[in-house]
Amino acid sequence: MHGLMDPLHPPHLYVLFHKYAYHAQQFEGTMFARGLKRKSAEDGEDVEGGLAGTQATPSYSLQRQSLLDMSLVKLQLCHMLVEPNLCRSVLIANTVRQIQEEMTQDGTWRVVAPQAAGRAPLDRLVSTEILCRSVREQEGEHPAPDGGGRMPGLVPGLSAVPSAQALRSPQSSLWEVDSSRENRGGFQKSLDQIFETLESKTPGSVEELFSDVDSSYYDLDAVLTGMVGSTQPGHGSGLQAFTSAATPPPGSSCRSDLGELDHAVEILVET
Amino acid sequence: MLLAYHEQKHQDTHVRPERFLSKFCVSQTVPSQQSASAPGSLAALCRDAVPSPVASGARAGPAQGPLAAQSHHAVRGRSDIISTVEFNYSGDLLATGDKGGRVVIFQREQENKSRPHSRGEYNVYSTFQSHEPEFDYLKSLEIEEKINKIRWLPQQNAAHFLLSTNDKTIKLWKISERDKRAEGYNLKDEDGRLRDPFRITALRVPILKPMDLMVEASPRRIFANAHTYHINSISVNSDHETYLSADDLRINLWHLEITDRSFNIVDIKPVNMEELTEVITAAEFHPHQCNVFVYSSSKGTIRLCDMRSSALCDRHAKFFEEPEDPSSRSFFSEIISSISDVKFSHSGRYMMTRDYLSVKVWDLNMESRPVETHQVHEYLRSKLCSLYENDCIFDKFECCWSGSDSAIMTGSYNNFFRMFDRNTRRDVTLEASRENSKPRASLKPRKVCTGGKRKKDEISVDSLDFNKKILHTAWHPAENIIAVAATNNLYIFQDKVN
Repeated sequence: MHGLMDPLHPPHLYVLFHKYAYHAQQFEGTMFARGLKRKSAEDGEDVEGGLAGTQATPSYSLQRQSLLDMSLVKLQLCHMLVEPNLCRSVLIANTVRQIQEEMTQDGTWRVVAPQAAGRAPLDRLVSTEILCRSVREQEGEHPAPDGGGRMPGLVPGLSAVPSAQALRSPQSSLWEVDSSRENRGGFQKSLDQIFETLESKTPGSVEELFSDVDSSYYDLDAVLTGMVGSTQPGHGSGLQAFTSAATPPPGSSCRSDLGELDHAVEILVET
Repeated sequence: MLLAYHEQKHQDTHVRPERFLSKFCVSQTVPSQQSASAPGSLAALCRDAVPSPVASGARAGPAQGPLAAQSHHAVRGRSDIISTVEFNYSGDLLATGDKGGRVVIFQREQENKSRPHSRGEYNVYSTFQSHEPEFDYLKSLEIEEKINKIRWLPQQNAAHFLLSTNDKTIKLWKISERDKRAEGYNLKDEDGRLRDPFRITALRVPILKPMDLMVEASPRRIFANAHTYHINSISVNSDHETYLSADDLRINLWHLEITDRSFNIVDIKPVNMEELTEVITAAEFHPHQCNVFVYSSSKGTIRLCDMRSSALCDRHAKFFEEPEDPSSRSFFSEIISSISDVKFSHSGRYMMTRDYLSVKVWDLNMESRPVETHQVHEYLRSKLCSLYENDCIFDKFECCWSGSDSAIMTGSYNNFFRMFDRNTRRDVTLEASRENSKPRASLKPRKVCTGGKRKKDEISVDSLDFNKKILHTAWHPAENIIAVAATNNLYIFQDKVN
């Protein structure tokens, strides 16, 4: 939590803003924000996790992260459908790759080489090396309990999953942490689904998979409804095992605040 | 594109029930097909009492002309969503396919001295179930019966032929009229019972007698099992003997007479599917050169291929791509550059492509950039993230040329559609909706307000209904008559001539 890898004060942020400032226009008027508010790195990421309807203006990286999350969810959903639309899958996968490339250039993407070589066939999903995410500007905040306007969250990569298998398809793990009661029912149900799938794939590693969860992920009402109703064993879809890193990334930049983690794990394990 | 006026009296356009029903006895020779719906239910397909007949009197603004509205309303559920619209070569017939696998063909009323105002109305001519849902047991997947495309064949005799396709199978349908029947069989009674041969004492020659017109649709060819991926296009060649079918990764060439073989002419499937980054989105034969076809991709490129050069046209003869504008680059740039439709002009000199926000006209002799770019709904550029989230960014809009190639048309959201006059450089936004077409009024041009103060009658971007999308439109090959499919309603608009 200290030093250069402090997620609250990532060193590249200042560079990011200036390099990608023009991207802000793309996000204007979206459900996220009315505009990208520029901040100097010294301010830190004082953004709330909230999106639509809040006063905060998430950083470009947060928006990019949300876009990545959304794309991964979409990819996963694709394979829930009867017959995936290949064009749509390819376009979304290309978007994910673009984000990944940009994040790699920024140095905000930690790629672990050996595992990355193993790619899942496209028929499942186009694979990308989604590993541990190191930049989490939102980590300073607690998960907002208001539940409004949340984006689907995804944790594709977990750093400390030693027993998890080699890199699978990117829409690997999908869950959300939702502390709001109203979504509890659907959430529980979806988690059951998640656990079920996971257990069949990576027995015994479920707890470790959740050990690094970022607690600021949000629920996925519509997404999970779709998921729960899916029955596509043939594609091997559903939730694949998590990607893994052969070695944990340097520092503990992937780890959230322990308190939040406990909270998250508690909710998840409760099911 | 100044469409003129054509007055129509709405009352005259109601279909007379008895004539209507007689046209609906659709029969199909393939036993497994569903029999045609009862005439009663087909009546629902006919025009409702549409409250928007054409206005008389000159109300055209300078940039657009009023259009006479004729709409056909289906009354059932999601399976009625129209998925394709196509005029035949003469424009007398208009075919629509829907999500439920049905094809409905409309025929233009002939000119009739006793009912001079009824000319130009399209009435339902034939309805048949083209495709049924199937189940692929190997993959455990359902194959949708939705009709992706219909293409007419040029008429060669009294019957009409069209190709209709779903995701996997293409069918050639013959639509023929029968208005005579034979009477006076020797071996059969009038009611069809076989006669006892021993009872026959005299022979007679059967006589052809007129009967009520019956329109029959029968499948003549079924072209199946040639596509692993979803068919997105079919295109009849100018030789009238062959046609192509394109799916996400391959294009096949068929002969209309041969169903058990097709030739693969384009294959962009990579050896390693993980390396797939581009798919085929549309393909079309050149209208005059039977060896030339084009196909568009999800990366915004068009490749023109010449079949004379090699059997497998993996190498293009021409490659059309507009260089990207670096200032507007975003994560969505590739998605919105994906071409959803490509259409040659009638002249064969140009082609038009539709991507998410614009239509572009290309000169076949210039590969570096289009000669015209028309913005369809540029105000959506700032909303791309939301449109990505709700999947609207993947909507595939089609486009079409007018008969003279002087105008082009494409659809948008909120039941809006856009027309661009290439000569005068003017464009207009119109709406296909019953509520907004007052009786006897001309179609009013619409405007989307992009910011600032919203003027009266303008609609703001945030109020647009993204569920009301016009993906399919068609233009009569010779006249200014257009067909616009708005979800499960079909609107036919015509010029008004004074």
